[in-house]
Amino acid sequence: MIVQTLSETKAPVTEQPIFELIEVEQVFEVPKPGRSLFSRETVGLRALDGVRLNIRKGTSLAVVGESGSGKSTLLRVLLGLDRPTGGRALYRSKPILEGRATGVEFARDVAMVYQDARGSLDPRMTIGALIAEPLRHFKIVPRQDEAARVSQLLDRVGLPADAADRYPSGLSGGQVRRVAIARALASEPSVLVADEAVSGLDVSTQAQLLILLRSLQRDMGLTLIFITHDLGVASFLCEEIAIMYLGRIVETGPTDAVLDAPSHPYSAALRAAAPQFFEPLSEPLSGEIPSPLNLPAGCRFSTRCPKVQDNCRLKDPQLGKLGPRRAVACLHPLEQQ
Amino acid sequence: MNDTALYHVLSIKDLTVFRGAAKILDRVTLALAQGETLALVGESGAGKSTIATAIMRLLENARVTGSATLAGEGDLLTLSERKMVKLRGRRLAMIFQDAGTALNPSYTVGRQLSTTLQRIHGLSKSDARKQAIDLFTSVGINDPEGRMSAFPHQLSGGMQQRVMVAIALAGSPDLLLADEPTSALDVTIQAQIVRLILKLTRERGASCVFVLHDLALASQACDRIAVLYAGQVVESGPARDVLERHRHPYTKQLKSCVLEIGAKDLVAPEGTVPSHDQMPNGCRFCTRCPRAVARCADETPPLVPARPTATGPLDHHIACWNPE
Ligand SMILES: Nc1ncnc2c1ncn2[C@@H]1O[C@H](COP(=O)(O)OP(=O)(O)OP(=O)(O)O)[C@@H](O)[C@H]1O
Ligand SMILES: Nc1ncnc2c1ncn2[C@@H]1O[C@H](COP(=O)(O)OP(=O)(O)OP(=O)(O)O)[C@@H](O)[C@H]1O
Ligand code: SF4
Ligand code: SF4
Ligand SMILES: [Mg+2]
Ligand SMILES: [Mg+2]
Repeated sequence: MIVQTLSETKAPVTEQPIFELIEVEQVFEVPKPGRSLFSRETVGLRALDGVRLNIRKGTSLAVVGESGSGKSTLLRVLLGLDRPTGGRALYRSKPILEGRATGVEFARDVAMVYQDARGSLDPRMTIGALIAEPLRHFKIVPRQDEAARVSQLLDRVGLPADAADRYPSGLSGGQVRRVAIARALASEPSVLVADEAVSGLDVSTQAQLLILLRSLQRDMGLTLIFITHDLGVASFLCEEIAIMYLGRIVETGPTDAVLDAPSHPYSAALRAAAPQFFEPLSEPLSGEIPSPLNLPAGCRFSTRCPKVQDNCRLKDPQLGKLGPRRAVACLHPLEQQ
Repeated sequence: MNDTALYHVLSIKDLTVFRGAAKILDRVTLALAQGETLALVGESGAGKSTIATAIMRLLENARVTGSATLAGEGDLLTLSERKMVKLRGRRLAMIFQDAGTALNPSYTVGRQLSTTLQRIHGLSKSDARKQAIDLFTSVGINDPEGRMSAFPHQLSGGMQQRVMVAIALAGSPDLLLADEPTSALDVTIQAQIVRLILKLTRERGASCVFVLHDLALASQACDRIAVLYAGQVVESGPARDVLERHRHPYTKQLKSCVLEIGAKDLVAPEGTVPSHDQMPNGCRFCTRCPRAVARCADETPPLVPARPTATGPLDHHIACWNPE
């Protein structure tokens, strides 16, 4: 039923990207390190720096990368929650903030599952009320059908119907995650943006949710933007991948192609670190993790890159095309077999 | 059992936790040898965090029976609160699952770590600050001095997690309970943090209980694995036995849901865990088990050696009437 209403909003896949980020920059003013207690001195932290990204309608994109590389910040820009300090962020060719300001449509159409699922749910509301809230706010179903829709959504994410009467504090971490997904799906969005939506889940629950998300994406044309640290999840769920390092997208392309033969040395390191049964834990990258307050000169990965060469410390590589569907930000991309 | 228990840092016996009428944990029995790492895996809601929190004696609104014996201290479940306050942070420490909510939003992370150091080691303010910066460095926080004055919301999820690791390691505990310490981290940092936790705990012969969802990571990091389903231990033993020679149908299901890179096929298991008011009296997996037999619904299978030679409490055990 939810399935059918979603399919009505399905549009043909066009080449016009649904989201377009052009040289997006997000600088946070943070206290200057070592400043005295009463000083108000600040420095700029470049959480996003020269981010270029096109997201096609109906696609599924995995955003992976180092913790602190700016993935959540990127999502906040996509959602219009924060105004980027530089560059342009477009939704259907219009500035995202404009779209967000001109009514409820954007908020209904682009739904979000937050990284901190528990923190995103009001602890004083029951699960049923939490899920009914978007139903009511966006007038999705008449009042008398609300309860039925709530239990349908609970069922969809694999929660028992009696969960509706409970409070978030009475649920496990994984159960809370499912509530957040149910709530996001309630408004029947066409874009679902999810920050680590399955990361705290056991593999069997995860499998159920991944299959659900994949069918929503494939059959109903849902555009999926999915932050994950699990490369297995990325490759199962997402056609495309964007790999971030210290505020920049350093590689994009079809997920399998990128994971089979990464061309950015950081992507290769990420691929090598993915857990594998009974293998020794992977060796960490050597070198200091640079501070985002003080980016290294030249390539931002040069302090840890196993392939670093002299010119890497002089020139900051931008994300540039590498074949028809791939792009990389590296002066010496790895050989493609 | 009693004399072997001496060599066990932690020995949990029949740990049962009720919340109201709901039996959240049902006679959980586990042992942990000194210097060993144990992974708790299983369905979300299975009670993994409840086990860790019960050991820390931080469970609220719950009735707890059974025992959890920490070598040299006795049963943690019956020690006085005064004694527990002394043990927490020093002999026992926990890294909580929700770093975002475990950190206090109104204090800087530097202050939170420093006060912990002051409390545990009785350090002066300036010494605590120095040691805090060292700890931040050792858990891989870049710009540790600058980050001392950051509030939790100014840090990425991964960075918050590292702060939690630093706080937990502040008192050099003998037993570290790490509840999904890395599920918010990218795989390179995850490997680094897990290596770090193992290094810091092994150096001092400490033991570690990890709650993990990634079975591959569990195989890399842990000596033994215990699989939980709906509050019951269904299979436990050395990592290879549990992951490669498992005999419990739920373990098999769990293993079949692991996504390796490039995998496009995934069969999701049917159904969900029954809610507590509909929990079967017998094997709690029986509503979803492909191998269920008549007695499964009414009689709880005991945790027994998985083969005749597996007699020690650390060996391979299963709880199933009709194992694979
Ligand atoms: N409100 C803020 N004020 C100051 N700095 C911030 C703020 N939000 C994020 N940052 C900083 O911006 C950088 C990017 O953070 P972000 O949360 O986007 O990372 P992330 O890639 O989502 O990391 P994780 O995988 O750990 O969640 C980090 O260095 C973080 O400390
Ligand atoms: N404060 C609480 N009040 C009532 N029930 C609770 C509370 N906390 C947890 N529970 C219930 O106890 C059971 C075990 O929860 P627990 O958090 O230990 O699971 P878990 O195995 O850690 O799950 P996850 O992998 O999702 O973190 C769940 O059924 C949960 O709903
Ligand atoms: S530009 Fe140089 S330092 Fe940067 S990733 Fe490429 S090879 Fe490494
Ligand atoms: S005891 Fe019965 S229901 Fe439970 S796992 Fe074994 S066969 Fe399945
Ligand atoms: Mg994040
Ligand atoms: Mg938990």
